[in-house]
Amino acid sequence: MGMRKVAVVGAGMTKFMRRAQETGRELAYQATKMALDSCEMTLDDIDSVALGTAPDAFDGVHMKGEYLSDGAGAWNKPYMRCYVGGGTGVFAAIQGWYQVASGLFDTCLVVCEEKMSSCKPHPQGAFLTIFDHTTERALKPNLIWIFALEMNRYMTVHGLEKKDIARVAVKNKRNALDHPCAQVAADITVEDVLNSEVLAWPVQRLDVSPTSDGAASMVLAAEHVAKRITDKPVWIKGVGWSLDTAYWTNRDLYYPKYVESAARMAYDMAGIKEPRKEIHVVEPYDPFDYKELHHLEGLLLCEKGEAPRLTADGVTARDGDMPVCPSGGLLGVGNPIAASGIMKLNEIFWQLRGEAGKRQVPGQPRTGLAQSWGDLMQVGCVVVLGI
Amino acid sequence: MSAKIESFPGTPLSQADLDAGKVLTTYWKPKLEYGWDAGVAISRYLEELKNGRIIGIKCSRCRRVVVPPRVVCEWCWEPMNDWVYLQDTGTVNTYSICYIRWDASRAKEPQFPAVIWIDGASNAGFLHLLDEVDPDDVKIGMKVQAVWKPAEERAGSITDIEYFKPL
Amino acid sequence: MSLIERLGTFGDAKVWYDNIPLESEYTVGIAGERFLRAIKDRGVILGTVCPACDLTYVPPSMYCERCFTQLDEWVELPAKGTVYTFTIVTRSLDGQALDEPEILAFVKLPGAHGGLVHRLTTAKPEDVEIGMEVEVVFKPQKEREGSILDIKGFKPT
Repeated sequence: MGMRKVAVVGAGMTKFMRRAQETGRELAYQATKMALDSCEMTLDDIDSVALGTAPDAFDGVHMKGEYLSDGAGAWNKPYMRCYVGGGTGVFAAIQGWYQVASGLFDTCLVVCEEKMSSCKPHPQGAFLTIFDHTTERALKPNLIWIFALEMNRYMTVHGLEKKDIARVAVKNKRNALDHPCAQVAADITVEDVLNSEVLAWPVQRLDVSPTSDGAASMVLAAEHVAKRITDKPVWIKGVGWSLDTAYWTNRDLYYPKYVESAARMAYDMAGIKEPRKEIHVVEPYDPFDYKELHHLEGLLLCEKGEAPRLTADGVTARDGDMPVCPSGGLLGVGNPIAASGIMKLNEIFWQLRGEAGKRQVPGQPRTGLAQSWGDLMQVGCVVVLGI
Repeated sequence: MSAKIESFPGTPLSQADLDAGKVLTTYWKPKLEYGWDAGVAISRYLEELKNGRIIGIKCSRCRRVVVPPRVVCEWCWEPMNDWVYLQDTGTVNTYSICYIRWDASRAKEPQFPAVIWIDGASNAGFLHLLDEVDPDDVKIGMKVQAVWKPAEERAGSITDIEYFKPL
Repeated sequence: MSLIERLGTFGDAKVWYDNIPLESEYTVGIAGERFLRAIKDRGVILGTVCPACDLTYVPPSMYCERCFTQLDEWVELPAKGTVYTFTIVTRSLDGQALDEPEILAFVKLPGAHGGLVHRLTTAKPEDVEIGMEVEVVFKPQKEREGSILDIKGFKPT
């Protein structure tokens, strides 16, 4: 298709925090500065900036893209802001990718930020308007409803129990103990999850990721530039994204077909025929524990309904055959919406370069995948990275 | 690089830090009031709810009947004009037992939000609430029927259906 | 058939009224904290300096937007400046006539790359002009709370 090879050459992120003292633009600056420093580049070396950030209502700044631009390193540069709800992080990386793949630019910064703590009385309120204003908001819904409804459908269709799902929360929160940015890392048991407060059955307190402040950034470069910058470029092998309809009550929520569409697009581009064999480390989107399972199935990394068994058998453990969320995921590291997608890509970047420290998965992985999900249970975004 | 990085940036604050005035904050209380146009399809839908009926719409190309109604089929992009009255019964496609409100505070009594696939529509339905049901008895696949407000109290709103109850 | 023609009568078009019940509590940030504390505690205006780009940021920034250096050099600026541009506001946010017009000005501080947007106090609308020299009027110290409103405004010198 005449596309150029694009590499990830640098990565940075802030801690993920319930509440940061930094303003949103200061968070964006800290993550972006760290990403540039990590590959010894300066702003002069950067041609363009792609920013991702979720609803303006979180930060309470109703031109968030423009507000964050200088902290994202976009002063006097071609700049864009993109948004697909929770899917924004990986989506932003795709926006940056095609700016470089197309030949338009040689280098691009991808920056994602969220400062959810500004939103009162609770950040959850910012999600109120994802429901249809006339036919759904009149029922006074809250965000947890859609997760609870989707989770119940998934569990019922496959005959799953809560303990089958709770293992994901246990694994990810434990993995996060080794992540220096983690907000809610913990050594808990399946019983702890099952005994935690019921929010909206089947969703319980420990099934859910927290609300967070944080930012994460990455540096993308075209092949000829990447090879000058580093001897360990990590290539973007494939990208894919897809949106299903916002008429979510007209779909069967037990399976995310749109994630499958996005994955198939990315696998085709990456030349991946057997994803389960060819992908060595996975960071699927896990804002709730069942979502990790749901997404492993949508990503064609196992059969429908099979992901809980893989988890129970330890296949998805950090030292398992197919490590899933070795970072600790959103459940452990935290969930500043858009930034959490870049956190996942950064994790794959570090894993493939053998730089993940205590989180390093064994066996020198050569190919990894990060995925994000969002809007009204309707968007899947996938990036396959490889060395 | 991650392995070599000693510390990551960011200054976490606790609620106690804020309460103690350790850092400065500013507060904004906007007045965000809206009048959303219901549009062509939903205006008719609301009018029919006021009449005590659920109306859907059929795609002449896909042959499917959807609810809530819309002016164009998102699958084939065909304009939709063929209105179809549906029954006020349906099947629970999925449900939850919810103990928290929109602002994350705790509710005293649980609510039962559910997606109900409406009889007469093609695997389509809408979000509503269940009631007159015991938490132990509610099931996916359960048949339910709308409980309407009295005609004189109906206002042309999805809440003209008070809830759905088991059949 | 256009969408509007498909409605039987204009009255068939319904409008759904609701609100978005959200409020915001902002931290003022790392640079903002030091800036507002200096106003509150000492009645002085601080900026940050980027030596490489020869810029002084007011309000202060923790980084230089041009070269991305973290800025650690803080300077105290004179609490006065020049009206760079201004406007006279006669209506409130919801469109009501104000009893007294408000004069809003962007004031450049000497030596700074930027400046402050604030009210001009004790000036008559007809006397305001671009280039006018003004100085900061602080609230009395005991009334200051660590807000940009600890500055009452600027007055002509």
